[in-house]
Amino acid sequence: MQAVPDVETGPAISVRGMVNRFGAQTVHDGLDLTVERGEILGVVGGSGTGKTVLLRAIIGLQRPAAGEVTLLGERVAWDGSSTARLAGRFGMLFQEGALFSALTVGQNIEVPMRERGGIPSTLMDELARLKVALVGLPADACGKFPSQLSGGMKKRAGLARALALDPEVVFLDEPTAGLDPIGAAAFDELILDLRRALGLTVVMVTHDLDSLARICDRIAVLVDKRIVAGTMAELMANPHPWIREYFHGPRARAAFETAAFETAAFETPALTAGEEG
Amino acid sequence: MVGAATVDRREADGADVTAGDALAVDERAGGVVVRVRGAWTLRTALLVDDQLRALGERTAGSVTVDAAGLRRLDSAGAWVIQRTIARLGARGVPIEVVGLRDGLRSIFDKAAPEDPSTAIAPPAGSAVLDTLEKMGRRWVEALRTGRSLLGLLGVVVASLGRVVVRPGTLRGTAVVAQIEATGVRALPIVGLLCFLVGVVLAYMGALQLTRFGAAVLTVNLVGVTVLREIGILLTAIIVAGRSGSAFAAQIGTMKVNQEVDALETMGMSVIDVLVLPRVVALMVALPALTVFADVAGIAGGAVVCLFLLDLSSAQFLTQLASGVTIWSFLVGLIKAPVFALVIALVGCHNGLGVSGSAESVGRQTTRAVVESIFLVIILNAIFAVTFAEIGI
Repeated sequence: MQAVPDVETGPAISVRGMVNRFGAQTVHDGLDLTVERGEILGVVGGSGTGKTVLLRAIIGLQRPAAGEVTLLGERVAWDGSSTARLAGRFGMLFQEGALFSALTVGQNIEVPMRERGGIPSTLMDELARLKVALVGLPADACGKFPSQLSGGMKKRAGLARALALDPEVVFLDEPTAGLDPIGAAAFDELILDLRRALGLTVVMVTHDLDSLARICDRIAVLVDKRIVAGTMAELMANPHPWIREYFHGPRARAAFETAAFETAAFETPALTAGEEG
Repeated sequence: MVGAATVDRREADGADVTAGDALAVDERAGGVVVRVRGAWTLRTALLVDDQLRALGERTAGSVTVDAAGLRRLDSAGAWVIQRTIARLGARGVPIEVVGLRDGLRSIFDKAAPEDPSTAIAPPAGSAVLDTLEKMGRRWVEALRTGRSLLGLLGVVVASLGRVVVRPGTLRGTAVVAQIEATGVRALPIVGLLCFLVGVVLAYMGALQLTRFGAAVLTVNLVGVTVLREIGILLTAIIVAGRSGSAFAAQIGTMKVNQEVDALETMGMSVIDVLVLPRVVALMVALPALTVFADVAGIAGGAVVCLFLLDLSSAQFLTQLASGVTIWSFLVGLIKAPVFALVIALVGCHNGLGVSGSAESVGRQTTRAVVESIFLVIILNAIFAVTFAEIGI
């Protein structure tokens, strides 16, 4: 039996010549970025280098001064039209979760499902409970309001909502910031599992060196208003002063050594396992 | 063959897949074999949802799920399979999953069913009891608000006493800045509104009083009402809307940003830094605004009298002087500092009552305006009765 190709060809995200300005200050100047399907890309950079701005521009929330963005083969138009066409195919986890405060966690997760339409409410409830369990929240979190949750729980609930329709791409803005190390590690594992099973593409802004080392295939560094992207090894060898400092600092070294040890000892990467015919 | 390679993902997801393609139930003597094939995503899950539910309820004997043909699986697809397995398991039917690929194993395992009784929507109770409970809560809450407002009043008065003894401890810059924000910048709106109300008052009065041949008494009507009631009441309501809300929003935002906590950590008193300058400033600004409002209101009345009733300005002034006393003016002015204290206290109190989220800032701001206008009107009524009783 001839297998139908699973996914479209071409990169998941492609950014060409993006320029972002705030008043007289230029944040990005001719920035290029390509993210392949099934890839986990970490985005790092100093404060004010526009990491969040980059995410917002890619998902169509913020119109850049120049440049073009293609997300899942769809040209991003920044007027809501492309976002409407792409609805359900990508998800975003905002820094503080951005949960709708008038709705319970379960209802929050059902919002994208209702918007899609055609899902019986029993199944919606079941799936909402499943997503809550999937992101590691206790079952009783379903009926709670966001104001009753801690910061870490809000993040998990936000991820559950981002994953509601099993999107192809998820954007995570500092997903592990504010989580305890055990929670952060569990979050990393969750992302890896989802990628393995769904071929999920992940773009995450993070300052968590452990996450970077553990789960990111490539890292995009925002320096000099552009992106320098590469694998960990490539960036370790990069002579740029900021990149050197970032990847050779004492905290970075500790994180990378642990990750290298774990990867070598316990598993072999299985990037394409979910795609073979 | 380029076209085949760039097939739309939605097709690959099972857009043209039918339930029969994805799911085949084969009933044999030894038991039931369920074959799941192709891409099991949300779309497929919707197609086979009912069929699988029925399967979970009626099948007896052993069940084998053959997942060898399963190519793609998302959490919705994994869920409907796992749910069926759990349902059959609960009914004591032996069940086995074979042929599941390793790459799909982890998402499949993660989709194991949770306790289905967990509530998604907030619990709904009886409508009558809920209403009663809400009413009771409102009352208790209103009483608590009153008590804690009195508490704040006490703290502010104590703090004010300290300032009177040692004037150097008052934060002068903050007071001046607040006088500018609450007083000077409110001049145009207060002036315009009071002028217009003066016009309307004189116009209505003139229409009625002309019928009795007492048109000239319009001057008395405007003079007394504006000085005693309208000037101060209108100004207090405008200031409650403008500045009471601003106080609540400013302090509330600082509370959300933990700026209030930072102040306290540095050993500064929130009352001295945030509340007292606002209270003092408003107690200066509101009386001043009231005087200005009185002038604007009477000017509005004067315009109508001069043009509609053909009074000369000398006649108007003579009539005004005979109609109002210094007490008409003072009765209005005495109320101003009291209203200012109430508005500032209610605004700051609601600001300090903000907890947690930005949503709470909005709620508290609304409450500040409603509560302060409510209190101003109640107090005004008490003043009116009191002044009438003592004969001024």
